[in-house]
Amino acid sequence: MGSQVKFIQGNEVCVEAALYAGLDFFAGYPITPSTEIAEHLAYRLPQAGGKFIQMEDEIASMCAIIGASLTGQKVLTATSGPGFSLMQEALGYAVMAEIPCVIVNVQRGGPSTGIPTHISQGDVNQARWGTHGDHAIIALTASNHQDVFAMTVEAFNMAETYRTPVVLLFDEVVGHMREKLILPQTNEIPLVKRLKTSVDGGVDYHPYLAREDGRLPMSDFGGVHRYNVTGLYHDMWGFPSDNPKIVHGLLRHLVDKIESNADTIARYKEHYLEDAKKVLISYGASARSALHVVNTLRQKGQKYGLLELQTLWPFPHQVIRDRCNGAEHIIVVEMNLGQICREVKNAVDHPDRVFLANRVDGVFINPSDIRQTLRLIQGRGV
Amino acid sequence: MARPKLKEHHINREWCKGCGICVEFCPKKVLELDRYDKAVIAVLEKCIACRLCELRCPDLAITIETQDQIP
Amino acid sequence: MSVKDYIRERFFPHIWCAGCGHGIVLNNLLRAVGGLGMSKNEIVMVSGIGCSSRISGYVDFHTLHTLHGRALAFATGVKLSKPELNVIVPMGDGDALAIGGNHFIHAARRNIAMTAIVMNNRIYGMTGGQYSPLSGPGKLATTAPYRNIDQDFDIVKLAKAAGATFVARTTTYHIQQMADILRQAILHDGFSVVEILSQCPTYFGRRNKLGNAADMMKFFKDNTTPIGSKAKKENPELTERGIFVQNDLPEYCAEYDKIIKKAGGSC
Ligand SMILES: Cc1ncc(C[n+]2csc(CCOP(=O)(O)OP(=O)(O)O)c2C)c(N)n1
Ligand code: SF4
Ligand code: SF4
Ligand code: SF4
Repeated sequence: MGSQVKFIQGNEVCVEAALYAGLDFFAGYPITPSTEIAEHLAYRLPQAGGKFIQMEDEIASMCAIIGASLTGQKVLTATSGPGFSLMQEALGYAVMAEIPCVIVNVQRGGPSTGIPTHISQGDVNQARWGTHGDHAIIALTASNHQDVFAMTVEAFNMAETYRTPVVLLFDEVVGHMREKLILPQTNEIPLVKRLKTSVDGGVDYHPYLAREDGRLPMSDFGGVHRYNVTGLYHDMWGFPSDNPKIVHGLLRHLVDKIESNADTIARYKEHYLEDAKKVLISYGASARSALHVVNTLRQKGQKYGLLELQTLWPFPHQVIRDRCNGAEHIIVVEMNLGQICREVKNAVDHPDRVFLANRVDGVFINPSDIRQTLRLIQGRGV
Repeated sequence: MARPKLKEHHINREWCKGCGICVEFCPKKVLELDRYDKAVIAVLEKCIACRLCELRCPDLAITIETQDQIP
Repeated sequence: MSVKDYIRERFFPHIWCAGCGHGIVLNNLLRAVGGLGMSKNEIVMVSGIGCSSRISGYVDFHTLHTLHGRALAFATGVKLSKPELNVIVPMGDGDALAIGGNHFIHAARRNIAMTAIVMNNRIYGMTGGQYSPLSGPGKLATTAPYRNIDQDFDIVKLAKAAGATFVARTTTYHIQQMADILRQAILHDGFSVVEILSQCPTYFGRRNKLGNAADMMKFFKDNTTPIGSKAKKENPELTERGIFVQNDLPEYCAEYDKIIKKAGGSC
């Protein structure tokens, strides 16, 4: 069978990928620029025997997917800025109760209602720190349709592997543009199934006791193990506890299971980095313009390279250090006031060599915007 | 059907919080609170095994066993 | 049956105060469930946050203790993804009708088969006695030191208007009626709402000088009456108890199964 080629919107690619990954349940509330994800799933999910529900708001949507995940389903919700803000409390619940789920945020300009139909990448730090309390989170992004597909499947896989919510941070340009997608064949991309406990009914099952490899086998609601799930600090049975040892142990576990696997979770693409003297770092739609700039400069013989990040959280510090430490200049290209730029400065030995090329006016950052910053860095004026 | 006869009226002192609900609503005034504020039986003979105390106890501290009941 | 078969005994005595009505709800809910002969593996209890919501920790079902006000939203995900489960959702009055009011009316509107139990003590117990949307005008609370000026909801009318297909009210005094209503509510194939007037002697009772727990239950006895009773006609101030609505209308999960068939999927 030949590969199927589609020419579709990024939001639709996300839908195709979610179905490929085995999505069973979607709950959401319409909001620009993510609405097409809900619309397509309302049509496609029941065809696959799955369930779609439009809830009364984003809080309810996030809560509903957590409930559905506990019955053993692969679950998704999709939103954008204001809706993502509403989801934060329940997102923290999913972190605490270790519920596999995927949340798409097709970013738009904020704060508040902001600029709904225009591009921004302003929610990067919200994805990291939007919910209260110390915690860790996985957030992935992509710059083109093939990668939107790949990262969406990765999101479902990582959600199961680490028993955690995974945020897919797309943006308005990637979500709405149309380009080619070569639909991967069945089995072409490996899928991670829910790890189920092998403990028999009647035997003491510990939903919150990690195996030696760090993974926590689950048992579906409705199955033979009746346990408790709570957003309170809890023991290995899921029952509330304020024992300092348990509290400390659980927080460490929640953070370490992700942060200590940062290298394994890191997804990125390298363009001309082997001999690059100047490195651009970018992600999402911005990386499209950054790549264009690097391609043209290379044609002129200038040693520029691009590191395109696909994992934003946990921040891939080691990757940044390895690929950038020798660089004369590091230019972070993003559509916010430097949310990833700050992380890059933290990661490298010479933060003074890190510059920001950005745009925050709702207009897509184009190659000439980036070239302008490069000229400024070289002291060549505008 | 004849009323079931009381076999055992058990009060779990560990669970009883002494709220007095069982004492107040016992139709036969069988129960009272002792000096530790725990429910105790004052006059067992009057108990008609109506179970109202068992059903109203917020702490699940009372168990009534009747004779026709398979234990 | 014995209630002991349905509880997690190691957590007793429970955390509720002496005389708290929530314990009486637990007691009779378990008796209602026990009378149905269901497997404990088929029952999921979903609760929010509040004194009332602590009930889920004590029952030996699948239990999901969630966020303040959001229990019905979590429960909707559980039920729709696995409709064969029996989903019971006990909530406090603030939980269900202040922060969770939106989820409450929308779950009712969808007519998704779950049992919503509102343990109405007319106060925020867990946070120490602030007024709730059920306190009513004239009541004292820590946040209503000059007496409350907020009007209260009528939960029964609200649930009815929102489309719940089973709506009932009872009290912690009327235990046999409570168990009977809860049994019917759980069996009902649609969204059921059971309001149970419950006492918080610690905050609502003490601050409003309503006496001890037993006094508060006597108040339920003296100020409520069966629906349409002669007493109600003579004294319209009485609160009616019983089943107000019991309708057979299309249930949400069953309707969604039809969507799957229409779309050509199989479930
Ligand atoms: C988002 C959020 N806001 C506020 C709280 C604090 N809070 C916890 S329980 C509660 C009210 C409890 O009252 P009710 O729901 O009536 O139940 P009760 O304790 O009386 O049984 C409040 C305000 C919270 N946990 N979460
Ligand atoms: S009702 Fe229960 S808790 Fe209250 S006094 Fe009687 S036995 Fe004790
Ligand atoms: S069973 Fe009835 S009569 Fe006997 S002690 Fe209890 S309430 Fe009183
Ligand atoms: S504070 Fe009120 S509602 Fe909470 S346990 Fe005590 S009596 Fe019950």
